[in-house]
Amino acid sequence: MAEEELQKTLMNSIPSINPEDISVGSESEVRTEELLINMGPQHPSTHGVLRVVLRTDGELVLEATPHIGYLHRCAEKIGEHVTPRQWIPYTDRMDYLAGMNMNLGWALTVEKLLGLQVSEKARHLRVLIVELGRIASHLVAAGTYGLDLGSFTPFVYCFREREKILNLFEAVCGARLTYSYITIGGLMADLPPGWLDQCEAFLDEFEPVVDDLHALLSVNHIFVKRTAGVGVLSPELAIAYGCTGPVLRGSGVDWDLRRDGDPFYTKMYQDYQFEVAVVRDGRYPQPSPAVPLEAVRGDCWHRFFVRMVEVVQSMRLVRQAIEKYRRADGDIGQPIKLNQKLPAGEVYLETECPKGQMGFMIVSLGDAIPWRVRARSSSFCNLSVLPELCRGCLVADVPAIVGSLDIVLGEVDR
Amino acid sequence: MNIEEIFQQLSERFGEAVRPGNFAALDPWIEVNADAIGEVCRFLRDSPSMRFEMLNCITAVDYLEVDSKKAAKASFVPHMELLYHLSSISLRHRLVIKVMLPRWRGEVPGQLPQVPTVSHVWRTAEWHEREVYDLSGIEFVGHPDMRRILCPEDWVGHPLRKDYQMPEEYHGIRAR
Amino acid sequence: MVRLLSDWLTLTPKYEWVAYVAVGLFQAAILLALVMTAVAVATWAERKIAGRIQDRLGPTRVGGRFGWLQPVADGLKLLTKEDLIPASADSILFRLAPYLSFAPVFAVFLALPFSEGWVAHRLNTAAFFILAVLGLEVFGIILGGYASGSKWALLGAMREAAQVVSYEVPLAFSAMLPVVLAGTLDLVAIGEAQKGWFWNWFVFHDPFTFIAFWIYVTCAVAGTNRAPFDLAEAESELVAGFHTEYSGFRWSVFYMGEYAAMAAVSGLGVVLFLGGWNGPIPLADWLGLTPEAGAIAGFVGQLVGSINFVLKCIIGVVFMISLRWTLPRPRIDQVMSMCWKYCFPLVTIAFLGATLWTLFLPDGLLNWGHPKAATREASVVACFAEGQAP
Repeated sequence: MAEEELQKTLMNSIPSINPEDISVGSESEVRTEELLINMGPQHPSTHGVLRVVLRTDGELVLEATPHIGYLHRCAEKIGEHVTPRQWIPYTDRMDYLAGMNMNLGWALTVEKLLGLQVSEKARHLRVLIVELGRIASHLVAAGTYGLDLGSFTPFVYCFREREKILNLFEAVCGARLTYSYITIGGLMADLPPGWLDQCEAFLDEFEPVVDDLHALLSVNHIFVKRTAGVGVLSPELAIAYGCTGPVLRGSGVDWDLRRDGDPFYTKMYQDYQFEVAVVRDGRYPQPSPAVPLEAVRGDCWHRFFVRMVEVVQSMRLVRQAIEKYRRADGDIGQPIKLNQKLPAGEVYLETECPKGQMGFMIVSLGDAIPWRVRARSSSFCNLSVLPELCRGCLVADVPAIVGSLDIVLGEVDR
Repeated sequence: MNIEEIFQQLSERFGEAVRPGNFAALDPWIEVNADAIGEVCRFLRDSPSMRFEMLNCITAVDYLEVDSKKAAKASFVPHMELLYHLSSISLRHRLVIKVMLPRWRGEVPGQLPQVPTVSHVWRTAEWHEREVYDLSGIEFVGHPDMRRILCPEDWVGHPLRKDYQMPEEYHGIRAR
Repeated sequence: MVRLLSDWLTLTPKYEWVAYVAVGLFQAAILLALVMTAVAVATWAERKIAGRIQDRLGPTRVGGRFGWLQPVADGLKLLTKEDLIPASADSILFRLAPYLSFAPVFAVFLALPFSEGWVAHRLNTAAFFILAVLGLEVFGIILGGYASGSKWALLGAMREAAQVVSYEVPLAFSAMLPVVLAGTLDLVAIGEAQKGWFWNWFVFHDPFTFIAFWIYVTCAVAGTNRAPFDLAEAESELVAGFHTEYSGFRWSVFYMGEYAAMAAVSGLGVVLFLGGWNGPIPLADWLGLTPEAGAIAGFVGQLVGSINFVLKCIIGVVFMISLRWTLPRPRIDQVMSMCWKYCFPLVTIAFLGATLWTLFLPDGLLNWGHPKAATREASVVACFAEGQAP
C-alpha cells in the first residue's frame, strides 16, 4: 500500500491535463473512469528497464511519466576512484549497443586534457570502427522498432547483419558488446590481417539489405500509417529539451557534431565526405526512398528514417576510412600509461554517438585519478521529451514513440 | 563570438553578478552569482548576439578533501561548483558558466545549498537539475518537480558528494 | 450408420437416441481428430515458414531433420505446465473461456464439405450456419479477457470485440456473393456449381467477385485475429493481450482455436470462391471417377476431390502465415476505419455489381458449358418447396 501512496503523491505532483482540453468531440461529455496503466519496468517494448506510467482515458493517453533509475550504477562515482584508462570499460556499459562510440568519446576527452594527438593511422582506424559501430547501433534501433510495431521479420534481418559486424569487432578486439578497444592515445591493437577485406565484403553484402529494410519498413504502408504524424516534435521543443542526434535531425534541424562540433573532434573527420542526414526541401540525401505524403517533419517516421539514411552515410565513411587507412604510414601508436599523471584542468567534450550527443567531462587536480567525471547522455535528454510527445496520443502509439526516440537504459541511468 | 566578447556583453548588462573565470583554460568559463543565474541564462538564450538555445549539461563538482592529511595541502577551500555547458546551434559557439556554492547552506550540515532554477529557460534543465539534486544535493528553487530521478524516492544522502557514506542496508538488502 | 448400430444393439425405437448419440460422438471424435491434426500441422508450418522468411531454419530437432514432432513436444510441454489462475480472476468464467472460444470453430467443420459426398453433416443452410457459428468465437475471447482480472487483458478483449464484430459484416457480405451466384446456401451445391475448368471458379466469374474474394481474405484474417490484425494479442504493447493470464493447457486451447479458425475460414473461402474440391482441370471427370461409375471409382473420385480441397486450404493457411511474418501491425483505430471506410463500401459495391452482372450475363464471362442461371430461380423455388437442396 505504501507503493500506492507513493504513486498518488507522484501523480499529484505533476501538473495534469484537463481531459476536456483534448477535443475528442462529444466523448468528453461522457464521464469515463481514468485508467492508470503501468508499462514496465518489465515490458517487451520499453527498450530496457524503463517504467512509463500512463494515465489514460480508454485508449487516449492523457499523461505519460517515465520513471528511470533502475539501471543506475553511479559510474561517475567510480570514475573518481580509478584512472581514466581504467574507466574505459565503464563507458562501454553505458550505451552498450554502441560501445565503440562511448570509448571514443571518453578517449577524446582525456586526450584533449592531455593535449595528445593520435597518429593518422589511428585516426582513420578510429573513424572506421566508430562508423561501423554506428551502423550496428542503428540496426538494433531499426529492428526493434519494427518488432515494437508488430513486424517480426526486419528484426531478424537487422540482427543477422549486426552479427557480421560483431564478428568483425570480435576479430579486432575479442569482444562482441563491451569492447574497450578505443583507448586514450589510440587503440588497443592494430587490425588482424585480412580484416579489411572481410569488412569490404560485409559492406558489399549489406547494401541490398538496406533496400530490403526500406521495403519492409520505411515505405511499407502499414508502418507509415503507424509512424507518420505520430509524436510530432517541433525543432524548438527538441532544442529546449536538449534532444540531439537523430531525434533532432528528424525535426529538421541541420546539426551534426561530426561537422559542427568541437574542433578537437571534427578534425578526426577531416577530408571525409559525408552528408548529414536531415531533410532539405522535402528530400533526404540520395539514394533513399521518397518521403511519404503523410509524414510530418518531426514525427516518428522521420526520426526512424534519419537513422536509415545515416546507415548509408556511415557505409560511405567506412569505405573512405578503409582507403585512407591502407594508404596511411606509420602505426597506430601506443596508449598512455595506465596511471599516467593528468595535468590539472577541466575538459568537456561532446561526440556524435548513434543515439545523440554524448558528452564526457573530466576534472583533474593533477593526479592520475580524476577529481570528477561526468557523462552527459543523449538518451537521458531524448527521453525527457517523452511526456510532451505522448500527451493526447493513443496507447498503441506509446511504443511507437518510445521506439523512435531510440533510448538505451544503460545510457539513461549510467 | 569568443569568450571575451561574451563576458563584455554580460558584464555590461549584469555588472558585478558576472565575473571573469578563466579565459585561458581548455574550456574557458565565466563565473556567475547564484542568485543571478536565472536572468543571465535567459539573456544568454534570448539575446540575438548570443543565442545559446541549447543547454548541454549541468554538472555539480564537490570540492572537499576527506583525507585530513591531503586536506591540509589542498589548493582549494571546500565548496561546490555548478557548471552549465551551453551551446548555440545558430551561431556555433559554446560557453561554460560556473556558479560557486557553499557545500551547506548557512554552514549548517544537512541544509542543502540553493540555486534558482533555469528550467524556465531550457526545459532540459528539469531533468538535469533533478539529477544534480539527487546525486549532489543542490536544491533548485522554483523547479516544478524537485524530486529524485535516478536513486529511489526514499534514498537517504547524495551519493556524489565526497563525504557520502553508503547506508548499511536498504529495505533489508545489505549495502556494504 | 445409426440404423446399423441400433439393429446390432437390438434397441427398441424408444431407445434409438442411444444409437444417435453414439454415432454422433463417434463422428465428432473423428472430426476432432481431423481438426487436431490440421492444427498440429499448422503450428509446425507456422514455425517453419516463419523461420524461412526470417532467414533461419525453424524447428529441426524433434522428430528428425524437419522437426515433424515439434507440435507433439509443444503439446506435451503445455499439458505439463503449472495451472495458474490469478487471484483476482473470476474462476468459473476464466475456466470456461478457452473452451467457448474453441468449440464454435470446431463446429464449423461439421458443415464444411471436403468433397461432394464427404461432409460431416450436409446442411442446406451450411454457409449461414458457418458464418453464424464463427461469430461465436468472439465470446470466448471477451470472456477470457474480462475474467482474467487484469487491465491489460481487458484492453485486449475490448479491442478484440470491436475488431471481430466489425469485420464479420464485410465477411458475411462477401460470403453472400457466391451464394447469390449459385443460388443456394448449401456449400456442397456451391462447390458443385464450380465444376469443370478453373475458370468456372467463382473468383473468376466476374471482376466484382474477384474484389469480393480479396475482401473475404482481409476480413477472414481480421476475424481470426491473425497478424497484421492481431491487436488483441499484440505482444509488444499489451504483453499478451487477452490471454496474458492463461498458461498451460488453457492457453493451448486458445491457440488451437486460433489455428482451427485459420483452417476453417480457409476452407470456407476455398469452397465459396476457389472451386472447393474441383481441381483446375476436370481430371476426375475425364477419368470417369464419378459415383455413377461404381463404388471404388466413386471413392477415388471423392478422395481426389478432398485432396484438392486440402491442398487449397493449405495454400490459404500458408498465405496467412506468410502475411503474419511480413507486415507490421496497424493501430486499432486504423483497423476499424479500414473495415468501415474501405472494406464495407467496397463489398457492397461488389455485391451490387455482381448481382447486376448475373442479371445481364447469367452465364458468367466465359460460358463454357456450365449449368447455370436459367434454371436457377426455378431451382431455388423448388428448394423451398421440397425442403431439399437443388
